[in-house]
Amino acid sequence: MSWTWFHRLASPPYVYAFAARLTPWFAWPAALCILGGLWGGLVLAPPDYQQGDGFRILYVHAPSAWMSLMVYTTMAIAAAVGLIWRIKVAHAVAASCAPIGASFTFAALVTGALWGEPMWGTYWEWDPRLTSELVLLFLYLGYMGLRAGIEDTQRADRASAVLAVVGVVNVPIIHYSVVWWNSLHQAPSVMRLAKPTMPPSMLVPLLLMLLGFTLYFVAVLLVRLRGEVLGRERTASWIREVVSA
Amino acid sequence: MRAFLDMGGYAAFVWPAYAVTFAVVVLNVVWARRALARARASARRRLSARSEGP
Repeated sequence: MSWTWFHRLASPPYVYAFAARLTPWFAWPAALCILGGLWGGLVLAPPDYQQGDGFRILYVHAPSAWMSLMVYTTMAIAAAVGLIWRIKVAHAVAASCAPIGASFTFAALVTGALWGEPMWGTYWEWDPRLTSELVLLFLYLGYMGLRAGIEDTQRADRASAVLAVVGVVNVPIIHYSVVWWNSLHQAPSVMRLAKPTMPPSMLVPLLLMLLGFTLYFVAVLLVRLRGEVLGRERTASWIREVVSA
Repeated sequence: MRAFLDMGGYAAFVWPAYAVTFAVVVLNVVWARRALARARASARRRLSARSEGP
């Protein structure tokens, strides 16, 4: 197997140009999926037999929660790659993930609270799922705080990468919290080995939203990545070409 | 339309949830573009400081 693609992905000028070219290919399909998912989730899907129209919070809550975990996992993998092979671009990916993940963790917590009040009778409970998701928000904020507190980018990269990698232990805890402990939160109905427990009219819009948010994440990540890559290069001559335009 | 906006009585929970998520989606695009613009501006400043230096 040839490793040239891997080496090219570690080269800042290549990544900068490649990321710029790739962004619209993720952004437009993301917009289409999200619009389709919204139409399906708000208009076409029938009301739930127990929760009525209140269940439609699902279509923003589940994608936000998915983002909070998927982005963290991406960040931890990128951080580990950066630590092990000392690749600057990998650290740049990890640093780009954090603000995106933090904001969607916030969205997952707020939309969850807005769903909890009418269905459980409370906005918040110190429940395993809710508490571990809150810990995830603090992990993101800690990562960003640590980066902001260290002037030297290389040291910031390494220190924050260790935090990201150690914190990844929280991801399976969040996912399995509803299985391992008694939780107010329902068990997974889509992300499970057996068949999903929803009819297609409810499931398809949800899958569209999950796909749309994932594509959207890649698009936003690529934009942030270019900024991070640029900031890590002090003198390289390729910068002159890309910023003079 | 009235019935749609009412969300079967859950309007006070459904619409704020959509609003918060929508805000996060839009803000992430704005923040990412701003971060890239800032990085480009600071790279430009670094380069001009270098070429005007001793």
